[in-house]
This record gives sequence, structure tokens and C-alpha cells, in this order.
Amino acid sequence: MATKILERKPLTLAERTYLPQIAAGLWVTFRKMFGRRVTLEYPEQKPPIPRGYRGVPTLVKDPNGREKCVSCQLCEFVCPPKAIRITPGEIPADSATAHVEKAPKDFELNMLRCIYCGLCEEACPERAIVLQNVYSLNAATREEVVLHKDKLYELGGTLPDKIMKWDKKKAAADKAAGGHH
Amino acid sequence: MSKTEEVFSFGDAAARNAALEEEIHGDTMVLNVGPSHPATHGVLRLRLELDGETIVKCDPVIGYLHRGEEKVAENFTYNQFIPYTDRLDYIGPIHNNVTYALAVERLAGIDVPERCQAIRVICCELARLLSHFIGLGCYGMDAGALTVFMYMFTDREKIYSLMEELCGARFTTNYTRIGGLQRDIPDGWLDHVLKVCDDVEKTNELCDKLLTRNRIFYDRCVGVAPLSKEDAISYGVSGPNARASGIAMDLRKDKPYLGYENYEFNVPVGTNGDSYDRWLVRVEEVRQSVRIIRQAVTKMPGGLWYNDKATKIFRPRKDKVLSSMEELIQNFMITTEGPELPVGEAFFEAENPKGRQAFFVVSKGGGVPWRLRIHGPSFSIISALPKILPGCLVQDVPVVLGSIDFVMGDCDR
Repeated sequence: MATKILERKPLTLAERTYLPQIAAGLWVTFRKMFGRRVTLEYPEQKPPIPRGYRGVPTLVKDPNGREKCVSCQLCEFVCPPKAIRITPGEIPADSATAHVEKAPKDFELNMLRCIYCGLCEEACPERAIVLQNVYSLNAATREEVVLHKDKLYELGGTLPDKIMKWDKKKAAADKAAGGHH
Repeated sequence: MSKTEEVFSFGDAAARNAALEEEIHGDTMVLNVGPSHPATHGVLRLRLELDGETIVKCDPVIGYLHRGEEKVAENFTYNQFIPYTDRLDYIGPIHNNVTYALAVERLAGIDVPERCQAIRVICCELARLLSHFIGLGCYGMDAGALTVFMYMFTDREKIYSLMEELCGARFTTNYTRIGGLQRDIPDGWLDHVLKVCDDVEKTNELCDKLLTRNRIFYDRCVGVAPLSKEDAISYGVSGPNARASGIAMDLRKDKPYLGYENYEFNVPVGTNGDSYDRWLVRVEEVRQSVRIIRQAVTKMPGGLWYNDKATKIFRPRKDKVLSSMEELIQNFMITTEGPELPVGEAFFEAENPKGRQAFFVVSKGGGVPWRLRIHGPSFSIISALPKILPGCLVQDVPVVLGSIDFVMGDCDR
């Protein structure tokens, strides 16, 4: 094994007198004083957020404005601190997105419990819950940080969707139904 | 039996008073250090018995940060437990992720591709830098050199920014998965790593220059609380503390994992095992870690960052989940039942920044461990405190605690 025995030399006279070291130390301080600043004046200056940042989990809609969550409750299951509670609901039959069948009646996300681990995003089979850039969530009461569906959609907004799975499904179903006539 | 224990066990008030009287006017005095938060090490209480200023006896009281992580693991699937491993040795969280994933992968009997291994090596060494920088910085601060702490923290923030780019969180990384990683490294990340390595190296040299030959620091550390080679072995001390005592032990060399045998680096070994050696070892280890990171970055292989054969263990990719029924079902199975692991048990130990961290996984099949045992290096070194502290002065206590660089999240679990 490549080992390296660390040497210990006794202090030299210059080191023992200590005064030259004070000068050297002050020189470091002086250099740092006029160096580049490393601090950020936070509320005025915001830190850059890299791509793929894990902020507050949010719910998103697809470009057609359909809520992507189909309340399969996989995120509720996987969430380690049990921060998510979903009340599933049916989509009315006369709705344009009736073929999706289900959407959450309520989606409760308790940000007092959330540990921002991102497992919900990873488990979601619809890419409906996404951890986005919001990192500063403040409130005066506990109730305010238990987020509900409307707030989660407000935070999430709309994300582009390349696959548009449900539109494809509907098109395929329509085609099959048309073929029978 | 010590005097305070007697006091607590007496039901009789008069006898209690007599014992207290004896304690106050006796030969020794009892001093409680903590339970407080000494810098970032966690909550530890030391019950010291003093004769004048000299410590006669030391009783570490642990358990203030016990969260029952081992029991928690039994109720979660293997992947769900990964966020909890962040909180073991929370000074270099990403290394715990890697060690845990390697332990479960050993049980599953799967390998990860070379690219995944190289990324994990970089993660491990960045965690070592994080840990040693807080270790050295707090050591300096405990010895009265606050400046070093500030300089080192500045560079730690840069490493945290790397983590943020890599996995989306600065501190609670949750990066590895059983059979792979959460995601591939982002574009340009390796260049950032090299840049941070330069900065880290500069700061390390600067702090080395500022403190190692500084007379005040030197006088406070040399010969303080030496841990002999024999004691280090008998207390099971590992990592930098054991190496400072002259034991050339490094699991990266002894039982190579993640392809550590392909990297060139030296294992620094001290001679006396005193607080000063523990400083020297860590300063040198930072240099060696930077060396390993540079090698890993230059020969970063291409390919996948997960094992694509382990379809029942590693979650399928998102675009597949969205477009194919087979993968969608697989996604549901891995989430609800956990990764499919065989019956059996596996033991894995890795060289964490603080020493030997080990996971022992017992599985009865399925996606949940039947039992998970975690060994933390900080526990061993804290159990050696009653051996090394007696004979020291009270004002040496911060220096010794800083020099052994423990973290209570790792000790209490």
C-alpha cells in the first residue's frame, strides 16, 4: 500500500518568535479583504438555480390545460415522510377529458413534512408532480403551508409535453370506434 | 459506581444531600460539557470528573440524536430509505448514499457500469472534501482560529453548489439508487468539478500554511490526547483517526470497491496519534482526494449510469414509462413492492470520510429489508474518549473534540 508517513519537524526560531507569522497572517487577511466577494445579499440578489433543482413539489397541467394527475396515488405511497394525501375523484362524463377517467378531487401536500427528496416526481407515471424552482415558502401559520390543489397548480403552471399520451389514446380509441361503423 | 449515579439512586433526601455535599467538597468535581451543539458535530454530553483543571474521568453520554434509523429502514422499500441515509453522517451525505447502495447491490448480486462507478467515486471524494473541510475548519475554530473556519466554509459552499447541480439539492442529496443513480451528470459539470478542485486545493494549502506551523496552534495540539496504536485497534477506531495513530488502514486500498484500485493515491499515516497528527492526516487526505477526483474526471467513461439488465431493481426511464405498458407496470411494481431482491444477507463496509461505515442487510425476499444494521465510525471514536481524555486539561476538551471530528448523527443514528 502506498503510504505516506507524515513528518513532524519542530518549529524553527522564526516560527517560535511568532512575530513574522502575525505579519504573514495579516497579509492573508489584507489580500482577502480586497479579493472577490463571496457572499450574496440575499433578498436583493438571488442565487442562480441550476436545472433539475429540487424545490417545492408542484402539480402541472399539459399544454391543453388538462390536469395531468390521474390520482393513481403512487406518490402518496412512495413519499417517505407521508406528506401527500390525495382524494381521488371522477371526471364528469360530459367533460372533454372524460376518457382520462380520474383526477384528484383534492391534493394535499403538507410542506411541514416534505423533505424535498423528489421520490414523488420519480415515481409519477404521468409526470404530473414536478419539483420546480420554488425554494422559499413562507407563511405566518401552519395551515398556510399545507398546500392544496389550487395552490399547487398555481405554483406548477404548464409544462410542455412531448408525448401527449392521453391525446394519442383518445385518437386511437376514436379511430377504432370509427372503424366499427 | 460514580457519585452522581449514587445521588440519583438514593430515595432518602438526607442521604442525597450528604452525597451531594461529598461531591462538592470531595477531591474531584463533576463538570457537564453539553448536552449542547458544539459547532456542527451534533449533541453530545460529556460528564467530566475534574481534579483541579485536570480531567480524571470522562463519561460520554450519547443518544440525544437517536432517530431509530435502523427500525425506520424495516418499514420502507430499499429506495425509500435512501433519503434517510443522507442524515447519518450529515457532513458528507452523498457518501452514505453510495455506501448504502453498494451494500444493497451486493445483496442483489448486481454490478453497476463503469460510468456509474466513476461518478460515484467523484461523489465519495467530494463528500470527503466536505467532511474534512468542516473537520479542519471546526478544529481551527475550537482552537481559536476562526478565520480558517470561514475560508474553509467558503469552499464548502462551492462543493455544495456542485451537489446542487448534480442532484438538485445542496445537502440532502438522495442521489444513488439501487443499481444506478438518480440521473446522469449534467453537461459541463465535470469542468465545474475541476475548477472547484483548484479552489479547494488553494484553500487547503492556505489553511495549512496559516495553522500547521502556527505556534499557538502547535502548542495547543502537540502531545494532546494521544491515542496509541494498540488502543485504536482495541476500540475499533477507523478512518483518519486510526491513520493518525499510525495504522495504515484504508478500505479503499484494503478492500477496493468502485474500482478504487485503478486510482493512484497515498494513504497518509501519522506517527504519534496526538491531536496534531489528526490535523496533519486530514490536511493530507484533502490533497489525495483532489488527486483522485482529477483522475476520475480525466478518465470518465461513457455509457449508461445505471444497470439496464436489472429491470426488476432499477426503475425504468421516464419516457419509457410514459409510452410503454410494460415499463409502466414495472414502475408501479418497483414503487409499491420495492426492488425485487433475493433472500439472504450482505455486509458491506466502505471508507467513509470519518472512517469505516458498514451496512448489514438481511433480506427475507421482496423489496423491504428484514433488518438493517448500520455501523458508524463516530461511535468507535467517541467510545475511545474515556481513554484519551483523562490527563488532559479542561481547555483541551474543545481541541480534542475538534480533532477527532465526530458527527453525532452518525454515532446515534
